[in-house]
Amino acid sequence: MGKKSNNIFKKIANKAYEFGFITNIKTDIIDSGLNEDVIRLISKKKNEPDWLLEFRLKAYNYWLTQKMPTWPHLNIPPIDYQAISYYADPLKKKEKKSNEIDPELMKTFEKLGIPLEERLALSGTAVDAVMDSVSVKTTFKEELKEKGIIFCSMSEAVQEYPDLVRKYLGSVVNYRDNFFAALNSAVFSDGSFVYIPKGVRCPMELSTYFRINAANTGQFERTLIVADDNSYVSYLEGCTAPMRDENQLHAAIVEIIVCDNAEVKYSTVQNWYPGDAEGKGGVYNFVTKRGDCRGRNSKLSWTQVETGSAITWKYPSCVLRGDNSQGEFYSVALTNNYQQADTGTKMIHLGKNCSSTIISKGISAGHSQNSYRGLVRVSKNADGARNYSQCDSLLLGSKCGAHTFPYMDIHNNSAVIEHEATTSKISEEQLFYCNQRGIGTEEAIGLIVNGYAKEVLNKLPMEFAIEAQKLLSVSLEGAVG
Amino acid sequence: MSNEQEYINLFCEHRELIEKPCATLLNMARGKAFERFKAAGFPGIKEENWLHTNVAAQFATDYGMNLGRVQSEAAARDIFTCDVPNLGTHKAYIVNDSFQAAANSSSLPAGVLFGSLNTLAKENSALLEPYYNKLAADGDAIAQFNTAFIQDGILLYIPRNTEISETIQIVSLLQTNVEMMSNRRMLIILEEGAKASLLMCDHSSTAHKSLSTQVTEVYVGAGASLDIYEMEETSESNCRLAHLFVKQEADSHFNHCNVTLTNGFTRNYVNVMLAGKGGNTNITGLAIGDRKQHTDNRTLVTHRAGHCTSNELYKYILDEESVGVFAGKMLIEPDAQQTVSQQTNRNLCLTSCAHMYAQPQLEIYADDVKCSHGSTVGQLDESALFYMQQRGIPKEEARHLLMYAFAGEVIENIKIEALRDRLHMLVEKRFRGELNRCKGCSLCK
Repeated sequence: MGKKSNNIFKKIANKAYEFGFITNIKTDIIDSGLNEDVIRLISKKKNEPDWLLEFRLKAYNYWLTQKMPTWPHLNIPPIDYQAISYYADPLKKKEKKSNEIDPELMKTFEKLGIPLEERLALSGTAVDAVMDSVSVKTTFKEELKEKGIIFCSMSEAVQEYPDLVRKYLGSVVNYRDNFFAALNSAVFSDGSFVYIPKGVRCPMELSTYFRINAANTGQFERTLIVADDNSYVSYLEGCTAPMRDENQLHAAIVEIIVCDNAEVKYSTVQNWYPGDAEGKGGVYNFVTKRGDCRGRNSKLSWTQVETGSAITWKYPSCVLRGDNSQGEFYSVALTNNYQQADTGTKMIHLGKNCSSTIISKGISAGHSQNSYRGLVRVSKNADGARNYSQCDSLLLGSKCGAHTFPYMDIHNNSAVIEHEATTSKISEEQLFYCNQRGIGTEEAIGLIVNGYAKEVLNKLPMEFAIEAQKLLSVSLEGAVG
Repeated sequence: MSNEQEYINLFCEHRELIEKPCATLLNMARGKAFERFKAAGFPGIKEENWLHTNVAAQFATDYGMNLGRVQSEAAARDIFTCDVPNLGTHKAYIVNDSFQAAANSSSLPAGVLFGSLNTLAKENSALLEPYYNKLAADGDAIAQFNTAFIQDGILLYIPRNTEISETIQIVSLLQTNVEMMSNRRMLIILEEGAKASLLMCDHSSTAHKSLSTQVTEVYVGAGASLDIYEMEETSESNCRLAHLFVKQEADSHFNHCNVTLTNGFTRNYVNVMLAGKGGNTNITGLAIGDRKQHTDNRTLVTHRAGHCTSNELYKYILDEESVGVFAGKMLIEPDAQQTVSQQTNRNLCLTSCAHMYAQPQLEIYADDVKCSHGSTVGQLDESALFYMQQRGIPKEEARHLLMYAFAGEVIENIKIEALRDRLHMLVEKRFRGELNRCKGCSLCK
């Protein structure tokens, strides 16, 4: 591509991260460092029952025995786990009354486009807003309650529905699952808890908005979604963080349980602060997300648009345990500047006649490295398994990298597994064609990239899709041709 | 005591014995390789590159090693007679791990060196020094193990613009009545514009547990062209750990076809480096497995220079409880613009006990490239089977036909007609279960 388009790319790249502001609010941050006392303190602050504290301590002791994994195609600078504060509560300033939120917080979320007053909210979306370690507010709770749907913060769920939480917590992602799962299980703070009772179709989109605000803290959210028999829910997740020069750690766990004939759609637009153009700062996003399709005919669909984070390490997975269950994974991962992403999925076929679909679109620009890593495992008894995987990579610039690491472990002869991957750049001809028809180079690139990602974006709920489209064009800006 | 410790002790105690009959060139590389092996040990199954292949367990057997270079009594060309019909070749034999004289090497063009690596290394150390153990030096622990222990192997050196029209055949035989380990080494150098084709057969007939490590280093000079066909026909008790390192200069051609017909436990590692512009590489493989055979093919094609093309095709047919592992990586370095690279892996699982692990990988750091890979695991097409049965072809026969066609795509890459025909026949026999022993070969009886 010519010099002109280079300039256009550069111009766009320099566009600042929109959500990088800091909210000035008094936050109660515990001292940095991690040991058993810190875990006890977190547990005490949240007034947790003994079994949960035990769970945390077990996880912590296991974590101590583990080493940071080195297999991802990522260059992760050493992380000092003792330099991070594991709990930050922005609510501490005022004594909480049931409905009162610090106006400063309200403003923050309004600025982020997430109004917490129900009358202002996007129609048909209930929001759980989480800042640092604490859930600020959950909207439309009452309305949902009428249908028997539980949608609240994790801390609240522990208090009010301890039996449900105890039954499901850690049942999909064991604390021994991996290094970051153990860490999260030890120190997790807030997240959302969703329970959809039998036969209920959730009337609105549920969503959680995560915000890191305080400096030198880590966010360790934990989300648990249970969809009982014949139910349906669509859940959205969004996240942002302020611009800071130091890296911040975000290690979350999302567990989803899908029972007979139930369906869960989980969509993420991940826009943590990606660091500046020189690769300074940014969020380390090390996330374990897994859904267990326990029931027959259950369905779980992951859709993710990954544009933020300095380093992403994330593999939303489906365990297809129930017969005829379906798993889907749609992903657009965009990396620019010095961002690194190693993301993909795992489809574990255990039940009979399960099918899974993987569509992954990677876009790398600048000096970034973008990897797809996915596993399709068909166990011995998983007769009639069907998988289709397609992983495409688009390279925008000669300094970036696009990588594909699919794993296929097939233990059943009735399985039909297909994997395809391609890597290419935007062709001169495509650009020329657009230019010829009066579409500027910059616009043309946006057009082509959006077309490329369309298959995934189409899976997002309406409002999110628009946001994601905007995000894509903003994040791409400045990518070198 | 862990498995590697035994070998570490063996090396320390008998280093003198190992080095005594060997050329300085071979001995020079030993120390460093041994240190590397000692540091790494045998790879465990938790290592990313060895996830499904437990190689350490293969070394648990107490193998004998022929460190004192006791020559086998039998002459290889007396016991080995399963030649490919209509294929005249220049032959060389490695019996266990000792070189046996080539039959008619005198008819080779002037300047060509073909024979025992150890003997030729003594005479031509200055010529070979820039090549020996230069590619394998950064290899994995098994390659280091080979460098530390080898005493002999084969050298093929072809000078500038020399073409060898007849195929060169290297036959490795394992014949022993004890548990035996053999370590062999091949060094193949094609200078600028040279041309050759090579057939490497790996045979073993022993019922005793045997293990062979083989490291082949290949240099294909600018504009040179080399075909290597590797065939494995070993027994269930055999373990083959082969490494093939290739470095290609500008405008060179390299064609590799690796057929695993019968085996026990096999790991083939192919590492091709396209170092010069305009190189072209084509690597293919076919593995047919039944019983508890384990075949692991791992490839790494590195595009260092631009304007190169690489093509990769691996196929597996897995029956009974056999295990197939395929991991192919294409690494496109930042300067390798205008690369065209294609990788295909297709697998047939015939029973529910057969396992296939596939990892086709792309690692791309250049933007002006066209790279793709595809991988499938499946069964024979039901409708095709039905179609044939409808037309009076019995089901079993129809199955064979389809499998034969599936394998055919790989065999078609063999450019020597006689060998291609032979392989077609061998594969067909293999499917019919008739290939346990080949005819006319006293070795197999």
